[in-house]
Amino acid sequence: MAEVLVLVDHNAGTVRKTTAELLTIARRVGDPAAVYLGAGVDDARGVLAEYGAGKVYVVDAPEIDDYLVAPKAEALAAVGEQAQPVAVLISSTPEGKEVAARVAIRLGSGIITDAVDVGDDLTTTQSIFAGNATVQAKVTRGIPVITVKPNSATPEPATGEAVVEKVDVRFSEAARGARVTDRSARERTGRPELTEAAIIVSGGRGTGGDFAPVEALADALGAAVGASRAAVDSGWYPHAYQIGQTGKTVSPQLYVACGISGAIQHRAGMQTSKTVVAVNKDADAPIFAMADLGVVGDLHKILPQATEEIAKRKG
Amino acid sequence: MKIVVLVKHVPDATADRQLDPADSTTDRDGVDGLLSELDEYAVEEALTVAETAEAEVVALTMGPPQAADALRKALQMGAASAVHVQDDALHGSDAVATSLVLAKALDKLGAVDLILTGMASTDGGMSVVPAMLAERLGRPHVGFVGDLEVTGGTVVAHREGESAVETVEVALPAVVSVTDQINEPRYPSFKGIMAAKKKPVETWSLADLGVSPDEVGLSAAWSAVESFALRPPRGHGEVVTDEGEGGVKLAEFLAARKFV
Repeated sequence: MAEVLVLVDHNAGTVRKTTAELLTIARRVGDPAAVYLGAGVDDARGVLAEYGAGKVYVVDAPEIDDYLVAPKAEALAAVGEQAQPVAVLISSTPEGKEVAARVAIRLGSGIITDAVDVGDDLTTTQSIFAGNATVQAKVTRGIPVITVKPNSATPEPATGEAVVEKVDVRFSEAARGARVTDRSARERTGRPELTEAAIIVSGGRGTGGDFAPVEALADALGAAVGASRAAVDSGWYPHAYQIGQTGKTVSPQLYVACGISGAIQHRAGMQTSKTVVAVNKDADAPIFAMADLGVVGDLHKILPQATEEIAKRKG
Repeated sequence: MKIVVLVKHVPDATADRQLDPADSTTDRDGVDGLLSELDEYAVEEALTVAETAEAEVVALTMGPPQAADALRKALQMGAASAVHVQDDALHGSDAVATSLVLAKALDKLGAVDLILTGMASTDGGMSVVPAMLAERLGRPHVGFVGDLEVTGGTVVAHREGESAVETVEVALPAVVSVTDQINEPRYPSFKGIMAAKKKPVETWSLADLGVSPDEVGLSAAWSAVESFALRPPRGHGEVVTDEGEGGVKLAEFLAARKFV
């Protein structure tokens, strides 16, 4: 079988869950081969093998970290030219989409972004217009380049050899155009990353600026914390946690919207959540129309009670 | 210094947006269109940079005749002139073809120092055209910029990366896409609205750009929609009013669904 390339999404060797999802999807189509860019492949190899990567192409060069995105795209395109895979799968993150965009142009390939499913014939499913419609599409030219949203598959272990193959890439002058002069890691919250979290509890205008009950419920559920644009614009929560059209797009198993009315801009970022629970004072809030469970009332009373009840049940 | 800001005319996101059943392209007629909200931040940033750098701001779009509305808004906000790439053959173009046409238009505009764009369109929302343009033009791209300083021939940009906040330095010419965090877009003033009526808008066809109709449009797209379906409205779930037990009910629901 031909190879399917999966670009490894990692932070200094720590592999993100989305990569295991992509390797699982890749096995439907062909032999999964991981592409690891940067240093730290020794830390990553175990996980990649566990999810079935037969091969791990490695491009480890200072350019990968010293410059923005373009060197990653050149490296992936170089591996693509060498391996001639049946498809290239990339996580649908902002950086992943930029890599995909550049690789598509370099390889002369069609591109599909934000797939929520990929079939064994590489037919993709996408959710468009804030979830109003579902589209089946296919790349019709070149090696299909597909970005896949987090939580689009349940990672299934499989045995892979994860044989490391180093690839030398000669980077172009253009790839060294955007130099990173400073990089400060965001403060770690101890919570899961927003885009890959299975559960998200998010707060909006209705919190009145007090996110403590939202965070407490999130911690009881092992969830990530998100925020609506209204909450971010009010300075109540950092922009990195904003969910919606101008923030992050998420697709968790469970989304708990607290004090969020559910304007179209917000729904655009969370409409593909599997289960939606809403807590809001306003019984007419549009969020209730898409909620599997809605609780009308004051979140400052309801969330602490729910948190306490969950703690009781967990014993 | 010349700044080109890319703008897109999109169907209103708050209306009931549809795909055209005939060819599965975005229905741009059935729903009123407007300048993509996220592009307003790019226009504002172009105007802000232009004020200190004494630059000329040109708004560029590709789209059907009604896309002129998006250009008009950019002119009302303060852009000096506009270019509209319009050709019937462009209908159904994918992002790859769009980036080709925009790259050719930018070539035709001559020495452009800074290309500003929004972080994504509010319709297709792929967020790939800025990077594709950069790749085609061989210029650097800094995406998702929340703060921008242009000094002489250098851009210093701050951006929210995946797991870190980054400062990036690029030499012009460059492509920069900005988020909604970067500024507060101005509303066109009455004076701006009146002045916009006299500002030059050029319309370019594919022939003007030396692009063959075979390279663009639906039939030349490198990806194809096979089918689409309106998603059934999400099942209206249970809505309960909190009468003192709302939190317990919430926990029970989560436990029943195995989230606890």
